[in-house]
Amino acid sequence: MALLSKKDANLIKDPLADNNPITIQVLGICSALAITAELKASVVMAVSVMFVLGLGNVVISLMRNIIPSKIRIIVQLIVVATLVIIVDQVLKAFAYELSKTLAVFVGLIITNCIIMGRFEAFALGNGPWRSFLDGIGNSLGYGIILVIVGFFRELLGSGTLFGIPVLGDPIEKTGLYSTGYENNGFMIIPPAALIVVGIIIWVQRSGNPALVEEN
Amino acid sequence: MHEIKLKYQGKKMAPAFNAFHTFLFTPNETTHGGTHVKAADDLKRTMNTVIMALIPVLLFSMFNAGYQHYAAIDAANGTPRTLSFFENFLTWDNLRIGIIKVLPLVVVSYGVGLIVEFIFAVIKGHEVEEGYLVTGMLVPLIVPVDTPLWMLAVAVVFGVVIGKEVFGGTGMNILNPALTIRAFLFFAYPTWMSGDKVWVHGAVERAGGSDAISGETILGSLAQNADVSYSVSDMFFGFIPGSVGETSTLLILIGGLFLIFSKIASWRIMLSAVIGSLVMGLIFNQVVELGWITETSKFYGLMSFEFWKHLIVGGLAFGIVYMATDPVTGSRTNRGKWIYGFLIGFISVMIRVFNPAYP
Repeated sequence: MALLSKKDANLIKDPLADNNPITIQVLGICSALAITAELKASVVMAVSVMFVLGLGNVVISLMRNIIPSKIRIIVQLIVVATLVIIVDQVLKAFAYELSKTLAVFVGLIITNCIIMGRFEAFALGNGPWRSFLDGIGNSLGYGIILVIVGFFRELLGSGTLFGIPVLGDPIEKTGLYSTGYENNGFMIIPPAALIVVGIIIWVQRSGNPALVEEN
Repeated sequence: MHEIKLKYQGKKMAPAFNAFHTFLFTPNETTHGGTHVKAADDLKRTMNTVIMALIPVLLFSMFNAGYQHYAAIDAANGTPRTLSFFENFLTWDNLRIGIIKVLPLVVVSYGVGLIVEFIFAVIKGHEVEEGYLVTGMLVPLIVPVDTPLWMLAVAVVFGVVIGKEVFGGTGMNILNPALTIRAFLFFAYPTWMSGDKVWVHGAVERAGGSDAISGETILGSLAQNADVSYSVSDMFFGFIPGSVGETSTLLILIGGLFLIFSKIASWRIMLSAVIGSLVMGLIFNQVVELGWITETSKFYGLMSFEFWKHLIVGGLAFGIVYMATDPVTGSRTNRGKWIYGFLIGFISVMIRVFNPAYP
Protein backbone atom coordinates (compact mmCIF):
# COMPACT_ATOMS: atom_id res chain seq x y z
CA MET A 1 0.00 0.00 0.00
CA ALA A 2 1.31 3.36 -0.91
CA LEU A 3 1.94 5.71 1.94
CA LEU A 4 0.38 8.60 0.08
CA SER A 5 -2.29 8.68 -2.58
CA LYS A 6 -1.06 9.72 -6.02
CA LYS A 7 -2.62 13.15 -5.66
CA ASP A 8 -0.96 13.71 -2.32
CA ALA A 9 2.38 12.45 -3.57
CA ASN A 10 2.27 15.01 -6.33
CA LEU A 11 2.05 17.74 -3.70
CA ILE A 12 5.56 16.76 -2.70
CA LYS A 13 6.92 15.78 -6.10
CA ASP A 14 5.83 18.74 -8.21
CA PRO A 15 7.70 21.49 -6.36
CA LEU A 16 10.88 19.42 -6.51
CA ALA A 17 11.24 19.79 -10.26
CA ASP A 18 8.56 20.98 -12.64
CA ASN A 19 7.06 23.54 -10.30
CA ASN A 20 10.14 24.41 -8.30
CA PRO A 21 9.65 27.55 -6.20
CA ILE A 22 13.07 28.96 -7.11
CA THR A 23 13.77 27.87 -10.66
CA ILE A 24 10.22 27.97 -12.04
CA GLN A 25 8.24 30.34 -9.85
CA VAL A 26 11.37 32.41 -9.15
CA LEU A 27 10.43 33.05 -5.51
CA GLY A 28 12.68 33.20 -2.50
CA ILE A 29 15.63 34.33 -4.58
CA CYS A 30 17.08 36.77 -2.03
CA SER A 31 17.93 34.12 0.53
CA ALA A 32 19.12 31.74 -2.19
CA LEU A 33 21.66 34.36 -3.25
CA ALA A 34 22.64 35.56 0.19
CA ILE A 35 23.38 32.51 2.30
CA THR A 36 24.54 29.85 -0.14
CA ALA A 37 28.27 30.54 0.10
CA GLU A 38 28.47 27.65 2.59
CA LEU A 39 26.73 24.31 2.38
CA LYS A 40 26.03 24.22 6.12
CA ALA A 41 24.19 27.52 6.05
CA SER A 42 22.20 26.33 3.03
CA VAL A 43 21.11 23.17 4.82
CA VAL A 44 20.15 25.01 8.01
CA MET A 45 18.24 27.57 5.98
CA ALA A 46 16.43 24.81 4.10
CA VAL A 47 15.49 23.03 7.33
CA SER A 48 14.33 26.29 8.93
CA VAL A 49 12.12 27.10 5.99
CA MET A 50 10.77 23.56 6.03
CA PHE A 51 9.83 23.93 9.69
CA VAL A 52 8.19 27.32 9.19
CA LEU A 53 6.36 26.43 6.00
CA GLY A 54 5.24 22.95 7.05
CA LEU A 55 3.90 24.03 10.41
CA GLY A 56 2.64 27.40 9.19
CA ASN A 57 0.65 25.75 6.43
CA VAL A 58 -0.99 23.45 9.00
CA VAL A 59 -1.83 26.32 11.35
CA ILE A 60 -3.27 28.50 8.60
CA SER A 61 -5.17 25.56 7.19
CA LEU A 62 -6.72 24.81 10.60
CA MET A 63 -7.76 28.45 10.99
CA ARG A 64 -8.81 28.95 7.38
CA ASN A 65 -12.54 28.99 8.12
CA ILE A 66 -12.38 31.46 10.98
CA ILE A 67 -9.94 34.01 9.51
CA PRO A 68 -11.86 37.04 8.20
CA SER A 69 -10.54 37.52 4.70
CA LYS A 70 -9.98 41.24 5.22
CA ILE A 71 -7.27 40.67 7.81
CA ARG A 72 -5.90 37.36 6.57
CA ILE A 73 -2.50 38.81 5.60
CA ILE A 74 -1.98 40.08 9.16
CA VAL A 75 -2.95 36.71 10.62
CA GLN A 76 -0.56 34.98 8.24
CA LEU A 77 2.21 37.36 9.22
CA ILE A 78 1.65 36.67 12.91
CA VAL A 79 1.80 32.93 12.34
CA VAL A 80 4.95 33.07 10.26
CA ALA A 81 6.59 35.59 12.59
CA THR A 82 5.94 33.37 15.60
CA LEU A 83 7.46 30.36 13.89
CA VAL A 84 10.46 32.32 12.65
CA ILE A 85 11.14 33.62 16.14
CA ILE A 86 11.12 30.05 17.41
CA VAL A 87 13.64 29.05 14.74
CA ASP A 88 15.77 32.10 15.46
CA GLN A 89 15.87 31.44 19.20
CA VAL A 90 16.64 27.75 18.75
CA LEU A 91 19.53 28.61 16.42
CA LYS A 92 20.87 31.21 18.83
CA ALA A 93 20.69 28.74 21.70
CA PHE A 94 22.19 25.69 20.03
CA ALA A 95 24.18 26.93 17.02
CA TYR A 96 25.30 30.43 17.85
CA GLU A 97 28.11 30.65 15.29
CA LEU A 98 25.81 29.50 12.52
CA SER A 99 23.08 31.92 13.53
CA LYS A 100 25.65 34.68 13.14
CA THR A 101 26.45 33.52 9.60
CA LEU A 102 22.79 33.47 8.71
CA ALA A 103 22.39 36.78 10.50
CA VAL A 104 19.37 38.68 9.37
CA PHE A 105 18.29 36.09 6.87
CA VAL A 106 16.57 33.89 9.41
CA GLY A 107 14.40 36.86 10.37
CA LEU A 108 13.83 37.52 6.72
CA ILE A 109 12.19 34.11 6.29
CA ILE A 110 9.09 36.13 7.24
CA THR A 111 9.32 37.99 3.97
CA ASN A 112 10.19 34.90 1.92
CA CYS A 113 7.63 35.02 -0.87
CA ILE A 114 7.35 31.24 -0.95
CA ILE A 115 5.80 31.17 2.52
CA MET A 116 3.17 33.85 2.05
CA GLY A 117 2.58 32.46 -1.43
CA ARG A 118 1.80 28.95 -0.15
CA PHE A 119 -0.40 30.31 2.68
CA GLU A 120 -2.41 32.33 0.22
CA ALA A 121 -2.51 29.88 -2.63
CA PHE A 122 -2.84 26.58 -0.82
CA ALA A 123 -3.36 26.54 2.94
CA LEU A 124 -6.36 28.86 2.82
CA GLY A 125 -8.23 26.42 0.62
CA ASN A 126 -7.10 22.95 1.71
CA GLY A 127 -7.16 20.67 4.72
CA PRO A 128 -4.28 20.44 7.22
CA TRP A 129 -2.77 17.16 5.97
CA ARG A 130 -2.62 18.24 2.35
CA SER A 131 -1.37 21.69 3.41
CA PHE A 132 1.35 20.03 5.42
CA LEU A 133 2.45 17.96 2.43
CA ASP A 134 2.36 21.06 0.23
CA GLY A 135 4.51 22.93 2.73
CA ILE A 136 7.04 20.10 2.94
CA GLY A 137 7.10 19.73 -0.83
CA ASN A 138 7.70 23.39 -1.52
CA SER A 139 10.33 23.78 1.15
CA LEU A 140 12.07 20.66 -0.17
CA GLY A 141 12.04 22.15 -3.66
CA TYR A 142 13.47 25.35 -2.22
CA GLY A 143 16.00 23.46 -0.09
CA ILE A 144 17.25 21.26 -2.90
CA ILE A 145 18.23 24.29 -4.98
CA LEU A 146 19.86 25.90 -1.95
CA VAL A 147 21.90 22.77 -1.32
CA ILE A 148 22.95 22.42 -4.96
CA VAL A 149 24.02 26.06 -5.12
CA GLY A 150 25.69 25.84 -1.71
CA PHE A 151 27.54 22.68 -2.75
CA PHE A 152 29.09 24.22 -5.84
CA ARG A 153 29.81 27.58 -4.25
CA GLU A 154 31.52 26.11 -1.21
CA LEU A 155 33.43 23.46 -3.18
CA LEU A 156 34.73 25.83 -5.85
CA GLY A 157 34.97 28.93 -3.69
CA SER A 158 36.50 27.57 -0.50
CA GLY A 159 37.51 24.02 -1.41
CA THR A 160 35.52 22.68 1.53
CA LEU A 161 32.19 20.93 2.15
CA PHE A 162 30.44 21.55 5.47
CA GLY A 163 33.65 23.33 6.47
CA ILE A 164 35.78 20.21 5.92
CA PRO A 165 38.61 20.66 3.42
CA VAL A 166 38.09 18.18 0.59
CA LEU A 167 40.56 19.45 -1.99
CA GLY A 168 43.60 19.68 0.26
CA ASP A 169 45.07 22.57 2.19
CA PRO A 170 45.40 25.83 0.24
CA ILE A 171 48.13 27.17 2.52
CA GLU A 172 50.21 24.01 2.89
CA LYS A 173 49.66 23.32 -0.82
CA THR A 174 48.55 19.71 -0.45
CA GLY A 175 46.13 17.67 -2.52
CA LEU A 176 44.78 19.47 -5.58
CA TYR A 177 46.46 22.70 -4.53
CA SER A 178 49.90 21.22 -5.14
CA THR A 179 49.12 21.26 -8.87
CA GLY A 180 48.64 25.02 -8.82
CA TYR A 181 44.88 24.92 -8.36
CA GLU A 182 43.38 27.86 -6.46
CA ASN A 183 40.03 28.63 -4.93
CA ASN A 184 37.74 30.69 -7.06
CA GLY A 185 37.04 33.90 -5.14
CA PHE A 186 34.23 34.72 -7.51
CA MET A 187 32.11 31.89 -6.11
CA ILE A 188 32.14 33.46 -2.64
CA ILE A 189 30.44 36.68 -3.68
CA PRO A 190 26.63 36.76 -4.07
CA PRO A 191 26.55 37.40 -7.85
CA ALA A 192 27.99 33.89 -8.29
CA ALA A 193 24.81 32.46 -6.75
CA LEU A 194 22.80 34.31 -9.37
CA ILE A 195 24.87 32.70 -12.10
CA VAL A 196 24.72 29.22 -10.54
CA VAL A 197 20.93 29.49 -10.15
CA GLY A 198 20.80 30.71 -13.75
CA ILE A 199 22.76 27.69 -14.93
CA ILE A 200 20.44 25.35 -12.98
CA ILE A 201 17.44 27.01 -14.64
CA TRP A 202 19.16 26.68 -18.02
CA VAL A 203 19.95 22.98 -17.52
CA GLN A 204 16.45 22.25 -16.22
CA ARG A 205 14.71 23.98 -19.11
CA SER A 206 16.85 22.48 -21.80
CA GLY A 207 15.97 19.08 -20.32
CA ASN A 208 12.27 19.91 -20.39
CA PRO A 209 11.43 22.47 -23.11
CA ALA A 210 7.79 22.53 -21.93
CA LEU A 211 8.94 24.74 -19.07
CA VAL A 212 10.21 27.51 -21.33
CA GLU A 213 7.89 30.51 -21.25
CA GLU A 214 6.47 31.89 -24.49
CA ASN A 215 7.25 35.52 -25.03
CA MET B 1 37.32 20.27 -50.44
CA HIS B 2 34.05 20.92 -52.16
CA GLU B 3 33.18 17.24 -52.30
CA ILE B 4 33.83 16.85 -48.59
CA LYS B 5 31.62 19.83 -47.96
CA LEU B 6 28.75 18.35 -49.96
CA LYS B 7 29.23 15.07 -48.18
CA TYR B 8 28.78 16.67 -44.78
CA GLN B 9 26.03 19.07 -45.75
CA GLY B 10 23.20 18.90 -43.26
CA LYS B 11 25.19 16.66 -40.92
CA LYS B 12 25.79 17.52 -37.30
CA MET B 13 29.37 18.65 -37.72
CA ALA B 14 28.66 20.79 -40.80
CA PRO B 15 28.97 24.16 -38.98
CA ALA B 16 32.40 23.24 -37.68
CA PHE B 17 33.54 22.19 -41.12
CA ASN B 18 32.09 25.26 -42.81
CA ALA B 19 33.86 27.53 -40.37
CA PHE B 20 37.27 26.14 -41.30
CA HIS B 21 36.36 26.04 -44.95
CA THR B 22 35.36 29.68 -45.24
CA PHE B 23 38.22 30.75 -43.03
CA LEU B 24 40.87 29.07 -45.16
CA PHE B 25 39.32 29.21 -48.63
CA THR B 26 36.98 31.37 -50.61
CA PRO B 27 33.78 29.35 -50.93
CA ASN B 28 33.16 28.43 -54.55
CA GLU B 29 29.39 28.41 -54.41
CA THR B 30 27.47 31.27 -55.93
CA THR B 31 23.83 32.06 -55.44
CA HIS B 32 21.54 32.20 -58.41
CA GLY B 33 18.94 34.84 -59.06
CA GLY B 34 17.69 37.54 -56.77
CA THR B 35 19.29 40.81 -55.87
CA HIS B 36 22.52 40.88 -53.93
CA VAL B 37 24.26 43.53 -51.92
CA LYS B 38 27.90 43.22 -52.77
CA ALA B 39 30.02 44.46 -49.91
CA ALA B 40 33.40 43.26 -48.83
CA ASP B 41 33.03 44.40 -45.23
CA ASP B 42 31.36 41.31 -43.81
CA LEU B 43 31.83 40.20 -40.23
CA LYS B 44 34.95 38.21 -41.06
CA ARG B 45 36.60 41.22 -42.70
CA THR B 46 35.66 43.45 -39.78
CA MET B 47 37.14 41.07 -37.27
CA ASN B 48 40.33 40.60 -39.29
CA THR B 49 40.81 44.36 -39.47
CA VAL B 50 40.67 44.64 -35.70
CA ILE B 51 43.14 41.78 -35.38
CA MET B 52 45.49 43.55 -37.79
CA ALA B 53 45.27 46.61 -35.59
CA LEU B 54 46.20 44.43 -32.61
CA ILE B 55 49.20 42.66 -34.15
CA PRO B 56 51.72 45.50 -33.51
CA VAL B 57 50.53 45.65 -29.91
CA LEU B 58 51.01 41.91 -29.53
CA LEU B 59 54.52 41.96 -31.02
CA PHE B 60 55.54 44.87 -28.82
CA SER B 61 54.14 43.14 -25.76
CA MET B 62 56.28 40.06 -26.41
CA PHE B 63 59.47 42.11 -26.37
CA ASN B 64 58.26 44.17 -23.42
CA ALA B 65 57.52 41.02 -21.38
CA GLY B 66 61.18 40.06 -21.67
CA TYR B 67 62.47 43.59 -21.24
CA GLN B 68 60.55 44.15 -18.01
CA HIS B 69 61.73 40.78 -16.70
CA TYR B 70 65.42 41.54 -17.23
CA ALA B 71 65.07 45.19 -16.23
CA ALA B 72 63.51 44.17 -12.91
CA ILE B 73 66.36 41.71 -12.29
CA ASP B 74 68.94 44.40 -13.05
CA ALA B 75 67.16 46.81 -10.74
CA ALA B 76 67.11 44.22 -7.96
CA ASN B 77 70.85 43.69 -8.43
CA GLY B 78 71.44 47.40 -7.94
CA THR B 79 72.32 48.14 -11.55
CA PRO B 80 69.21 49.77 -13.04
CA ARG B 81 69.40 49.65 -16.80
CA THR B 82 68.83 52.51 -19.15
CA LEU B 83 66.64 51.76 -22.12
CA SER B 84 68.24 51.53 -25.50
CA PHE B 85 65.72 50.40 -28.06
CA PHE B 86 68.03 48.38 -30.30
CA GLU B 87 70.53 47.23 -27.71
CA ASN B 88 68.41 45.98 -24.86
CA PHE B 89 64.79 46.07 -26.02
CA LEU B 90 64.69 44.49 -29.46
CA THR B 91 66.70 41.42 -28.48
CA TRP B 92 66.31 37.68 -28.86
CA ASP B 93 66.46 37.24 -25.10
CA ASN B 94 63.44 39.48 -24.65
CA LEU B 95 61.58 37.81 -27.49
CA ARG B 96 62.29 34.40 -25.99
CA ILE B 97 60.51 35.39 -22.75
CA GLY B 98 57.68 36.75 -24.87
CA ILE B 99 57.42 33.46 -26.75
CA ILE B 100 57.28 31.35 -23.59
CA LYS B 101 54.99 33.69 -21.65
CA VAL B 102 52.77 35.58 -24.09
CA LEU B 103 52.23 33.12 -26.95
CA PRO B 104 50.77 30.39 -24.69
CA LEU B 105 48.21 32.92 -23.45
CA VAL B 106 47.17 33.57 -27.04
CA VAL B 107 47.06 29.87 -27.88
CA VAL B 108 44.99 28.98 -24.79
CA SER B 109 42.63 31.89 -25.33
CA TYR B 110 41.96 30.95 -28.96
CA GLY B 111 41.98 27.20 -28.41
CA VAL B 112 39.54 27.12 -25.50
CA GLY B 113 37.31 29.90 -26.84
CA LEU B 114 36.98 28.37 -30.28
CA ILE B 115 36.26 24.93 -28.83
CA VAL B 116 33.37 26.45 -26.86
CA GLU B 117 32.15 28.31 -29.95
CA PHE B 118 32.29 25.15 -32.06
CA ILE B 119 30.45 23.09 -29.45
CA PHE B 120 27.65 25.64 -29.30
CA ALA B 121 27.46 25.93 -33.07
CA VAL B 122 27.19 22.17 -33.44
CA ILE B 123 24.57 21.81 -30.70
CA LYS B 124 22.48 24.71 -31.89
CA GLY B 125 23.01 23.90 -35.55
CA HIS B 126 24.08 27.35 -36.68
CA GLU B 127 27.26 28.45 -38.40
CA VAL B 128 30.26 29.29 -36.25
CA GLU B 129 30.31 33.04 -35.80
CA GLU B 130 33.42 35.13 -36.12
CA GLY B 131 32.96 37.14 -32.93
CA TYR B 132 35.54 35.19 -31.01
CA LEU B 133 38.36 36.05 -33.40
CA VAL B 134 38.73 39.47 -31.79
CA THR B 135 37.86 38.42 -28.24
CA GLY B 136 40.49 35.70 -28.42
CA MET B 137 43.14 38.25 -29.32
CA LEU B 138 42.00 40.86 -26.78
CA VAL B 139 41.99 38.47 -23.83
CA PRO B 140 45.72 37.64 -23.71
CA LEU B 141 46.52 41.34 -24.07
CA ILE B 142 44.54 42.46 -21.01
CA VAL B 143 45.80 39.94 -18.45
CA PRO B 144 49.00 40.07 -16.39
CA VAL B 145 51.89 38.24 -18.03
CA ASP B 146 52.20 35.57 -15.32
CA THR B 147 48.51 34.53 -15.37
CA PRO B 148 48.36 30.73 -15.00
CA LEU B 149 47.06 29.19 -18.20
CA TRP B 150 44.38 27.06 -16.53
CA MET B 151 42.88 30.18 -14.92
CA LEU B 152 42.73 31.80 -18.32
CA ALA B 153 41.05 28.69 -19.73
CA VAL B 154 38.41 28.63 -16.96
CA ALA B 155 37.74 32.32 -17.44
CA VAL B 156 37.45 31.99 -21.21
CA VAL B 157 34.88 29.21 -20.85
CA PHE B 158 32.95 31.33 -18.35
CA GLY B 159 33.19 34.50 -20.44
CA VAL B 160 32.16 32.93 -23.72
CA VAL B 161 29.29 30.91 -22.22
CA ILE B 162 27.88 33.39 -19.68
CA GLY B 163 28.97 36.57 -21.46
CA LYS B 164 27.85 35.60 -24.93
CA GLU B 165 26.36 32.21 -25.74
CA VAL B 166 23.53 32.33 -23.18
CA PHE B 167 22.29 35.48 -24.87
CA GLY B 168 22.29 33.83 -28.28
CA GLY B 169 25.84 34.24 -29.55
CA THR B 170 27.70 36.96 -31.45
CA GLY B 171 25.63 40.09 -31.88
CA MET B 172 23.13 39.24 -29.15
CA ASN B 173 25.42 39.60 -26.17
CA ILE B 174 24.80 42.36 -23.66
CA LEU B 175 28.26 41.91 -22.17
CA ASN B 176 31.58 42.25 -23.91
CA PRO B 177 33.00 38.70 -23.62
CA ALA B 178 36.60 39.90 -23.28
CA LEU B 179 35.63 42.19 -20.42
CA THR B 180 33.54 39.44 -18.83
CA ILE B 181 36.61 37.21 -18.89
CA ARG B 182 38.77 39.93 -17.34
CA ALA B 183 36.20 40.73 -14.66
CA PHE B 184 35.79 37.05 -13.83
CA LEU B 185 39.55 36.67 -13.41
CA PHE B 186 39.69 39.76 -11.23
CA PHE B 187 37.03 38.51 -8.83
CA ALA B 188 37.93 34.83 -8.97
CA TYR B 189 41.71 35.02 -8.59
CA PRO B 190 42.47 38.49 -7.18
CA THR B 191 45.96 37.49 -6.05
CA TRP B 192 46.93 36.80 -9.66
CA MET B 193 45.22 39.86 -11.09
CA SER B 194 46.36 42.66 -8.82
CA GLY B 195 49.14 43.57 -6.47
CA ASP B 196 52.79 44.33 -7.09
CA LYS B 197 54.05 41.02 -8.48
CA VAL B 198 52.08 39.62 -11.37
CA TRP B 199 52.88 42.35 -13.90
CA VAL B 200 56.47 41.30 -14.49
CA HIS B 201 57.38 37.72 -15.42
CA GLY B 202 59.21 35.97 -12.61
CA ALA B 203 58.22 38.32 -9.79
CA VAL B 204 55.77 35.84 -8.30
CA GLU B 205 58.03 32.80 -8.20
CA ARG B 206 60.95 34.82 -6.90
CA ALA B 207 58.90 36.55 -4.21
CA GLY B 208 60.42 36.25 -0.76
CA GLY B 209 63.65 34.77 -2.12
CA SER B 210 67.06 36.43 -2.23
CA ASP B 211 66.58 37.14 -5.92
CA ALA B 212 63.17 38.83 -5.46
CA ILE B 213 62.25 41.38 -8.11
CA SER B 214 59.58 44.06 -8.19
CA GLY B 215 56.61 43.90 -10.49
CA GLU B 216 54.98 47.12 -9.43
CA THR B 217 53.05 49.15 -11.97
CA ILE B 218 52.94 52.92 -12.12
CA LEU B 219 49.37 53.05 -10.83
CA GLY B 220 50.32 50.63 -8.07
CA SER B 221 53.13 52.92 -6.94
CA LEU B 222 50.85 55.93 -7.07
CA ALA B 223 48.20 54.18 -5.00
CA GLN B 224 50.83 53.81 -2.28
CA ASN B 225 51.87 57.45 -2.66
CA ALA B 226 55.28 56.27 -3.86
CA ASP B 227 57.42 58.00 -6.46
CA VAL B 228 57.25 56.96 -10.08
CA SER B 229 60.59 56.33 -11.72
CA TYR B 230 59.37 56.12 -15.31
CA SER B 231 59.61 59.05 -17.70
CA VAL B 232 56.70 60.32 -19.77
CA SER B 233 58.26 58.93 -22.94
CA ASP B 234 58.59 55.49 -21.32
CA MET B 235 54.89 55.65 -20.48
CA PHE B 236 53.93 56.78 -23.97
CA PHE B 237 56.07 54.29 -25.87
CA GLY B 238 55.19 51.54 -23.43
CA PHE B 239 58.43 50.48 -21.74
CA ILE B 240 56.58 50.03 -18.44
CA PRO B 241 55.15 47.05 -16.57
CA GLY B 242 51.44 46.36 -16.91
CA SER B 243 48.98 43.92 -18.43
CA VAL B 244 50.47 42.18 -21.47
CA GLY B 245 49.34 44.43 -24.30
CA GLU B 246 48.21 47.70 -22.80
CA THR B 247 51.53 49.42 -22.15
CA SER B 248 52.34 51.04 -25.48
CA THR B 249 50.07 54.02 -25.95
CA LEU B 250 51.82 54.83 -29.23
CA LEU B 251 50.95 51.49 -30.86
CA ILE B 252 47.42 51.62 -29.45
CA LEU B 253 47.08 55.08 -30.98
CA ILE B 254 48.28 53.78 -34.34
CA GLY B 255 45.88 50.84 -34.09
CA GLY B 256 43.09 53.23 -33.17
CA LEU B 257 43.78 55.49 -36.14
CA PHE B 258 43.85 52.44 -38.39
CA LEU B 259 40.45 51.38 -37.06
CA ILE B 260 39.04 54.87 -37.54
CA PHE B 261 40.30 55.15 -41.11
CA SER B 262 39.00 51.72 -42.01
CA LYS B 263 35.68 52.83 -40.47
CA ILE B 264 35.53 49.82 -38.18
CA ALA B 265 35.51 51.67 -34.88
CA SER B 266 33.67 54.80 -33.87
CA TRP B 267 35.88 57.89 -33.47
CA ARG B 268 33.08 59.51 -31.47
CA ILE B 269 33.33 56.95 -28.69
CA MET B 270 37.12 57.17 -28.62
CA LEU B 271 37.20 60.96 -28.57
CA SER B 272 34.48 61.36 -25.96
CA ALA B 273 36.09 58.71 -23.75
CA VAL B 274 39.37 60.63 -23.92
CA ILE B 275 37.52 63.84 -23.02
CA GLY B 276 35.68 62.09 -20.19
CA SER B 277 38.88 60.79 -18.62
CA LEU B 278 40.60 64.17 -18.98
CA VAL B 279 37.68 65.94 -17.29
CA MET B 280 37.70 63.52 -14.37
CA GLY B 281 41.50 63.82 -14.12
CA LEU B 282 41.22 67.63 -14.11
CA ILE B 283 38.65 67.52 -11.33
CA PHE B 284 41.00 65.43 -9.20
CA ASN B 285 43.93 67.72 -9.97
CA GLN B 286 41.78 70.67 -8.98
CA VAL B 287 40.89 69.02 -5.68
CA VAL B 288 44.60 68.73 -4.90
CA GLU B 289 45.23 72.28 -6.12
CA LEU B 290 42.59 73.69 -3.80
CA GLY B 291 44.17 71.84 -0.91
CA TRP B 292 41.06 69.81 -0.11
CA ILE B 293 43.18 66.74 0.51
CA THR B 294 46.62 66.58 2.03
CA GLU B 295 49.65 64.45 1.26
CA THR B 296 48.67 62.06 4.01
CA SER B 297 45.50 61.09 2.17
CA LYS B 298 45.73 57.67 0.59
CA PHE B 299 44.32 59.12 -2.61
CA TYR B 300 46.95 61.85 -2.83
CA GLY B 301 49.29 59.97 -5.18
CA LEU B 302 46.64 59.18 -7.76
CA MET B 303 44.76 62.45 -7.41
CA SER B 304 47.82 64.61 -7.95
CA PHE B 305 48.86 62.57 -11.01
CA GLU B 306 48.69 65.02 -13.94
CA PHE B 307 45.35 64.52 -15.64
CA TRP B 308 46.67 63.78 -19.14
CA LYS B 309 49.02 61.10 -17.87
CA HIS B 310 46.06 58.89 -17.02
CA LEU B 311 45.78 58.23 -20.75
CA ILE B 312 49.28 56.83 -21.13
CA VAL B 313 49.47 54.51 -18.14
CA GLY B 314 47.35 51.50 -17.33
CA GLY B 315 44.77 49.97 -19.60
CA LEU B 316 42.68 53.08 -20.21
CA ALA B 317 43.92 53.76 -23.76
CA PHE B 318 43.63 50.08 -24.70
CA GLY B 319 40.12 49.96 -23.32
CA ILE B 320 39.04 53.10 -25.12
CA VAL B 321 40.33 51.99 -28.50
CA TYR B 322 39.59 48.27 -28.56
CA MET B 323 36.91 47.59 -25.95
CA ALA B 324 34.69 50.67 -25.74
CA THR B 325 34.22 50.65 -29.51
CA ASP B 326 32.77 47.12 -29.56
CA PRO B 327 29.86 47.57 -31.99
CA VAL B 328 27.68 45.01 -30.21
CA THR B 329 27.73 46.32 -26.66
CA GLY B 330 28.36 49.97 -27.51
CA SER B 331 25.69 52.51 -28.33
CA ARG B 332 24.18 52.92 -31.78
CA THR B 333 23.14 56.54 -32.20
CA ASN B 334 25.69 59.32 -32.51
CA ARG B 335 24.45 61.20 -29.47
CA GLY B 336 24.49 57.94 -27.54
CA LYS B 337 28.10 57.35 -28.56
CA TRP B 338 29.18 60.72 -27.18
CA ILE B 339 27.50 60.07 -23.83
CA TYR B 340 28.64 56.45 -23.70
CA GLY B 341 32.26 57.30 -24.40
CA PHE B 342 32.30 60.22 -22.00
CA LEU B 343 30.99 58.09 -19.16
CA ILE B 344 33.53 55.36 -19.91
CA GLY B 345 36.43 57.77 -19.56
CA PHE B 346 34.93 59.64 -16.63
CA ILE B 347 34.05 56.56 -14.57
CA SER B 348 37.24 54.65 -15.43
CA VAL B 349 39.43 57.38 -13.98
CA MET B 350 37.14 57.74 -10.96
CA ILE B 351 37.36 54.00 -10.21
CA ARG B 352 41.09 54.05 -10.90
CA VAL B 353 41.59 56.65 -8.18
CA PHE B 354 39.10 55.47 -5.58
CA ASN B 355 39.27 51.68 -5.83
CA PRO B 356 41.71 50.51 -3.15
CA ALA B 357 42.05 47.11 -4.82
CA TYR B 358 43.13 48.58 -8.11
CA PRO B 359 46.49 47.17 -9.28
